Amino acid sequence: MVENRRYRNLLAYLILTIGIVIVAFPVYLAIMASTFDASTIINGNMPLVPGDQAADNYYRTLFIGGSASREPVGMMMFNSFVMAMGIAVGKILISVLSAFAVVYFRFPLRMTAFWIIFITLMLPVEVRIYPTYKIVADLGLLDTYTGLILPLIASATGTLLFRQFFMTIPDELLEASKIDGAGAFRFFKDTLIPLSITTIAALFVIQFIYGWNQYLWPLLITTQSSMQTIVIGIKKMITTQDALTEWNIAMTTAVLAMVPPVLVVIFMQRLFVKGLVETEK
Amino acid sequence: MAGVTLDTVRKVYTGNVEAVKGVSLGIEDGSFCVLVGPSGCGKSTLLRMIAGLETISGGTVKIGDRVVNQVEPADRDIAMVFQNYALYPHMSVYDNMAYGLKNRGTPKDEIAKRVNEAARILAIEPFLARKPRALSGGQRQRVAMGRAIVRKPQVFLFDEPLSNLDAKLRVQMRVEIKRLQRTLGVTSIYVTHDQVEAMTLSDKLVVMSGGQIEQVGTPSEVYRRPETRFVATFIGSPPMNILPGQVEGPGRVSVGGQSVAVTDMREGLTPGSAIEVGLRPEDVQAGAAGSSALTMNVDFVEELGATQLFHGKVAGSEFVVQASTGQIPADTRQLPLSIDPANVHLFDPQTTKRLGRT
Amino acid sequence: MEKRALFSSKILPYMLLLPQLAITLIFFYWPASQAVWQSFLLEDAFGLSSEFVGFENYRHLFQQPEYYRAMVTTAVFSSAVAVLSLAVSLLLATQADKQLRFSNGYKTLLIWPYAVAPAIAGVLWIFMFHPTLGTLSRPIKAIGIDWNPMLDANHAMTLLVLSATWKQISYNFLFFLAGLQSIPKSVIEAAAIDGSGPIRRFWTIIFPLLSPTTFFLIVVNIVYVFFDTFGIIDAVTGGGPAGQTTTLVYKVYADGRLGGDLGGSAAQSVILMIIVIGLTAIQFKYVERRVQY
Repeated sequence: MVENRRYRNLLAYLILTIGIVIVAFPVYLAIMASTFDASTIINGNMPLVPGDQAADNYYRTLFIGGSASREPVGMMMFNSFVMAMGIAVGKILISVLSAFAVVYFRFPLRMTAFWIIFITLMLPVEVRIYPTYKIVADLGLLDTYTGLILPLIASATGTLLFRQFFMTIPDELLEASKIDGAGAFRFFKDTLIPLSITTIAALFVIQFIYGWNQYLWPLLITTQSSMQTIVIGIKKMITTQDALTEWNIAMTTAVLAMVPPVLVVIFMQRLFVKGLVETEK
Repeated sequence: MAGVTLDTVRKVYTGNVEAVKGVSLGIEDGSFCVLVGPSGCGKSTLLRMIAGLETISGGTVKIGDRVVNQVEPADRDIAMVFQNYALYPHMSVYDNMAYGLKNRGTPKDEIAKRVNEAARILAIEPFLARKPRALSGGQRQRVAMGRAIVRKPQVFLFDEPLSNLDAKLRVQMRVEIKRLQRTLGVTSIYVTHDQVEAMTLSDKLVVMSGGQIEQVGTPSEVYRRPETRFVATFIGSPPMNILPGQVEGPGRVSVGGQSVAVTDMREGLTPGSAIEVGLRPEDVQAGAAGSSALTMNVDFVEELGATQLFHGKVAGSEFVVQASTGQIPADTRQLPLSIDPANVHLFDPQTTKRLGRT
Repeated sequence: MEKRALFSSKILPYMLLLPQLAITLIFFYWPASQAVWQSFLLEDAFGLSSEFVGFENYRHLFQQPEYYRAMVTTAVFSSAVAVLSLAVSLLLATQADKQLRFSNGYKTLLIWPYAVAPAIAGVLWIFMFHPTLGTLSRPIKAIGIDWNPMLDANHAMTLLVLSATWKQISYNFLFFLAGLQSIPKSVIEAAAIDGSGPIRRFWTIIFPLLSPTTFFLIVVNIVYVFFDTFGIIDAVTGGGPAGQTTTLVYKVYADGRLGGDLGGSAAQSVILMIIVIGLTAIQFKYVERRVQY
């Protein structure tokens, strides 16, 4: 900025700090709630400093579960992890292959194939939810990881991102490879994939978060509680009669549900920002 | 080692754009051939067809005795240096040079031997473990050369390899490329739009324009006896002055009503017919006042250090004279020109072809 | 833009495309076309038989006052979240764009809510504003408001807007910050030399230059509120009280749940698809225009 007046910067610090406090406060409360027992929370007078029940809450939540459902959240986290990994890896795999085909080959119906994929950008799973459910049910994929994962990797985001990246790779690199005796497979393996590592990682970060946070789809297609994801699990904990809600367990679960994706964002911030900004172009 | 023979080679792009219009050319084994011309003249397309990176629409390309029209680039026994070097950014310098040999299944110790040898010749041994992005432009250029050398190809192809370098480095690398080619004796084809590179590097200079060859010859032939007005104005800096004139008779033309003697003039030209008269700025001398037929009205003078460029008009046309500094007083307004008849070039205004002795 | 250098192979490109095309056709086009087909069918109560009824489902839909209410709810919800979250994140982004110490730390601390699942965000906010045990309900009640998002539709909507905004701020913040950082410094310096103060400079120079980002974010935010807030609504209000926070997407889900009104739900899906395609088309048109600059 042109001016460098001190009070202006002080104001900026103040605004940013207030912003951070507002952003952090709900999570702070959840973390506090995860350190008290249920009755302390229920009477509406939860202190804003940590209690002493953290170990007990986290142990019970992870390995035993709430007293109503008795589903250990550890297992839900495992399910969420499998789903998130499956979606991230699956999307990267199919989209890097299709982008390679669309960018580096000319063949009949190339643009048709591209548009078939491209149109899927427009329609999220929410608008075709019941027919998709029916197909997955007909295929016998309810309560399976495959059923959780496959319908959510049908999207154009990755293909477009890779296509865009491949277009920036100089033509001469392929020509040099050709002169060096590399065919399509070698070029893909020796040059294209190593060059795409950052793009792959950025897409992975975004898709992992997307997969971990899925709600409607797992809600519909998981009927057995052993297949529940953590995001579904926590919702079920608080929809029972109000008085029965074990808020300490629910909030502990909420904290556990936030930890993996938030860590990913914080520690892979550069990749996260890159992925977010570029998938939207 | 092998020569390269092109026979009426054509390139037609979709939409009937003819980029190369039937080029025939023989490049002798071991020689250094430079294709020069303005951008869009088809020189890069021609090179890429020799490399196998573009399909050949018509004619044949032979490397040695083998027609290679349908041969994959990797199997043509060529190596290419690209303008942007096209180094693999994720591979070390060593791997960049070794990649082509690995793909061919060359034994590991042979690869190591060849890479180290090339690195020694190019003085890039200290950088073998580095990635290309850790190198300067000149070093990258050397790696690109190294990648070509290790292949021990029949033909080197260069696609404007120096145009991404700064002026000083460009001169230095130019000398090195020439020396390397002499040492290795490999047939080389080099594309550039820079006439200085073209003149200094080539054994055989090929001037191209509009998808066709304008002239083939040694650099001095092309400079001394340009076959077309295009070649005359493209080779040489500052470019040749072209003045409109008329045929007077055998060995004489008139420019702006003044008579000029010409040594190299076609016989039997109709007196009075229009003709274009070419004079190189460096071939024109200052004459004694009143001694000469042509006089230049000087507008301004550019100082180049060793020489000066006098800009002005002769017989109503733009004209430039190059003279050693101090030879002509810088405040000269009227400059009488002394012209050696041997240095006058004549061109047909219609066909733009040279009207010299046959 | 097309590549000059290519590979040639007759079968390989199809093999490479096969996985994605297969998944797309099975899980995207097939269900989407089923949705369209179903919207013209009426199933009997047991789901045993169905008959073709033309636009009956649509006609029925537009006779329901609930459908119009869901439209209004969606419109109110979208615009409230879009305006609020864009305003807050623009304010934060302009501050973070200043040459501050720890600006990267501030950035990190502002972007992480993106990683929180919408349903979890809803749970956090309902806990904070729970009528009996919420930490922040107490001060609200203390000033004489009978705060109860479980019973009062306005309170419920307020809570939804707040939690949806909270979740979206980080996204908007990132894009605004990127937009601000891409404005050449020389332009701002030129404006300063021309004698315009920081506030005036913001509205006359920076804000207009940010307009592509703003426009893009408005569309993205509307789409976000349409779809991604499903988890928030389901966690916070379940569409209630008395269906008053049911948005269009939530209604698709609620009406079709447990083999309910599948035809009606499908008809709503089709209308939603048309709305989304319209929004996307607007966005593309704008992207195209931007390319021409």
